[in-house]
Amino acid sequence: MGDKEKKIIKTIKIDVDKCNGCRACEVICSAFHAAPKYSSNNPARSRIRVIRDPLKDVYVPVYAGEYTASECMGRDKYTIDGKEYDECAFCRASCPSRDLFKEPDSGLPLKCDMCESDPDLEEPLCVQWCLADALTYEEREEEVEEEVEQEEMEIGLEALANKFGLEKMIDTVARMSMSKKD
Amino acid sequence: MRYAETGFNLEVDLTRGNIERVATDPRDTELYLGGLGTNAKILWDRVPPEVEPFSPDNLLIFSAGLLCGTPATGCNRTIVSTISPQTRLMAFSMMGGFWAPELKYAGYDKVIFRGKSPNLVYLWINNDKVEIRDASHLQGKGATETAELIREELEEPKAQVAAIGLAGENRVYFASIEQGRSSASRLGIGAVMGDKNVKAIVVRGTKDINVAQPAEYMELCNEVLAYIKFRNENPVPGVMAILTGLGSPQEMAVHDEKWHTENFMWGNSRTRRKGFWTEEIAKEWMETLESARTRLISCYNCPMKCGATLSLPGLPTYMMKCFSKLTYTLAAYSDLDFGLKIAQRATEYGVDGYSTPQVMAFALELYENGILIDDDFPGMPSDNEGRFYWLLDRIVRREGIGDVLANGTYWAAQEIGNGAENYAHNNIKKHEQLPLKLSMLNPMYFLMYATGEKINITQIEGNFPQAPFPTREEREEFVKDWIQVPDEKFKQYFLDWELRGENSIPYYPTVQMCCEIVDWQERMHYIDDALGMCAGLSSFPLKPPYHIHNYPKFISSGAGIDMDEEKLTQGAKRYRTLVRAINIRRGMRRKDDKPPENHWKKRFPELEQELLDTYYKFKGWNNQGIPTRESLQELGLDYVFEDFEKRGVYSDNGDTPSKETSAEKEKEV
Repeated sequence: MGDKEKKIIKTIKIDVDKCNGCRACEVICSAFHAAPKYSSNNPARSRIRVIRDPLKDVYVPVYAGEYTASECMGRDKYTIDGKEYDECAFCRASCPSRDLFKEPDSGLPLKCDMCESDPDLEEPLCVQWCLADALTYEEREEEVEEEVEQEEMEIGLEALANKFGLEKMIDTVARMSMSKKD
Repeated sequence: MRYAETGFNLEVDLTRGNIERVATDPRDTELYLGGLGTNAKILWDRVPPEVEPFSPDNLLIFSAGLLCGTPATGCNRTIVSTISPQTRLMAFSMMGGFWAPELKYAGYDKVIFRGKSPNLVYLWINNDKVEIRDASHLQGKGATETAELIREELEEPKAQVAAIGLAGENRVYFASIEQGRSSASRLGIGAVMGDKNVKAIVVRGTKDINVAQPAEYMELCNEVLAYIKFRNENPVPGVMAILTGLGSPQEMAVHDEKWHTENFMWGNSRTRRKGFWTEEIAKEWMETLESARTRLISCYNCPMKCGATLSLPGLPTYMMKCFSKLTYTLAAYSDLDFGLKIAQRATEYGVDGYSTPQVMAFALELYENGILIDDDFPGMPSDNEGRFYWLLDRIVRREGIGDVLANGTYWAAQEIGNGAENYAHNNIKKHEQLPLKLSMLNPMYFLMYATGEKINITQIEGNFPQAPFPTREEREEFVKDWIQVPDEKFKQYFLDWELRGENSIPYYPTVQMCCEIVDWQERMHYIDDALGMCAGLSSFPLKPPYHIHNYPKFISSGAGIDMDEEKLTQGAKRYRTLVRAINIRRGMRRKDDKPPENHWKKRFPELEQELLDTYYKFKGWNNQGIPTRESLQELGLDYVFEDFEKRGVYSDNGDTPSKETSAEKEKEV
């Protein structure tokens, strides 16, 4: 058993029923992340986007999550209370299947960083600018098992080992390192 | 580098199908700011008074305000300017929503249409790619329907669409341009768009808008946001509910309509129904609104929820804001359920929610009085509500009597004759007004009604309370944190204003005070319309977050233009005078500057004359309301003076008011 450690969980709570669709969150997010800070503004660069379809009463603020190089094998589409949401409406990924969460010029992925800054902000700015209270911020402490975190490379290697077998992988790595020496 | 603005306009020649991206002169921004200001400059320069509203030479300008697209809360207005087919004067209707910021992000400040397309088209602006596309498949489609169809065919759910419905296509003089929950409705600009054969303008933009001094600008934005929060938590006491807060009147949120239903006029602005608002009706209307309303919604980057999505059984969902909630109901002596249902159809047709119900009530009044007869209404249903639907359908198609009515009450009455003119009784400069008839003349409102060139009371009133507070204590309380006044003297004017006695209406506020108060209120509206700010956060409510003291800082740090209160006041005066000059050149004179004859029961002709005389002088206009040489030169508008001289505008003055050149005498198209 590992030791217990305390961790701050930052959560933005999204109440879609309270969203008024104004997109102030997009405005302030893109302004904050401009360089220099606040020098420009452009919702297309925002790390939060309101997926909105007023006539269907659909308002979903979605935060940019991880970048993914490949699409899912399939897509999903939710219907909640009779309202049909866009394909992948609730997904946070910056993914090849859609133009969401990519820099408009370079196509580089965007990711919400909870307005990381020094000194820390009291709340992410999208929350501060949401006077409709559709976005609220919560921090809580959680005790988590201390785990030795796997490094990214290790995760990748493990996946390869599972797929091709560890022996074959070692052979391949050995061969690759030999050819580098030449 | 240009800040806040993009520095480029799109010039679209519809006749030749030519599109150009044209750099603008930063000196014009400094002199006329943007939005309405630079629109007025373009109309002055390029649309001489001989140009008819439906001429290819008339321009139709869609402009974002100077600060649209920056993080300034509530700055999202599109200012549409052209020559109105109804008043034949300059029209500058506006709309909120999401269109103007999107245009900025696409890289343009304005879209300027000239000429006339040979067939129905729409304009698709996608950043640097701009194309005129065929819209024949959209002919006859509703405005909301059109927006949805275009977004689908372009596969651009994020594109913003401003579209006309059938009324615009058929050049109804009170046709609107609809855009999501917003519309530019007044003065028939939708008809000009239809005349140019433009069904819609679609825009998508993903570029940056820069501000000059980021840290300063953000601080101002944050102050405004904090003040909005404060005002939402601290409504102004002592005024009626809809005037306590910010935003446009919260018609989509409130249920208590006692004030509107008992103080506004029903029918063709005729009947006041005291005692109308019973418990039973309150309950019924509340149920109607509660069941129809799915959500309260906002414009771009604004926390106020002035609009709503409405879904009525069996009808497509639509969006509404403000007083359209009641205009159809009142005109038809009906209930809220009817009002919301017919408004759905009217929104798809794309018609103005003020003029349209009044035109229909006017027609039925003529019918009741035998001026229009059965033959004029073939097949009209006998039930009241049915008649309104029937009339609406005829008007937007210009069928039969609908063709006459589609020109609004003034022109329809001229055509019908036979005394019909007396029934077109609620117009200013040929344009239908809110259905209000009051008893005692209010001198400030007299000036605002008479001289407001937006020809709509809500677009000139605002920052000064409509009525005195009963006790001195209440007044003292009110002025304590009244930071918005441009000068401390306004506090005193208000403190001394009594309900009765010497310091009461109509002789107090004094003529001079009235001039100052009206000028202040108007100035704020004109600044909003250049910056693209919603009046609901600035010129319309009491104690708004934007005012003459923080606006110069917004412009300096946002647009990088050196600005102070004096320079801003002078700038606003410059393009306000230019708007008047455009109208003067089109024949408007003192005789056109008047409220509806029966707006007040108790009138004071001598006082009214003094008010107008003094206000004209105050504004730098001569006795005919024409800007004088001195005032034009002081504003750097020498070119206006030269044009006036050349055209003999000044000689057309004095004892024999210019009958021939008066707007009223001009021929109908």
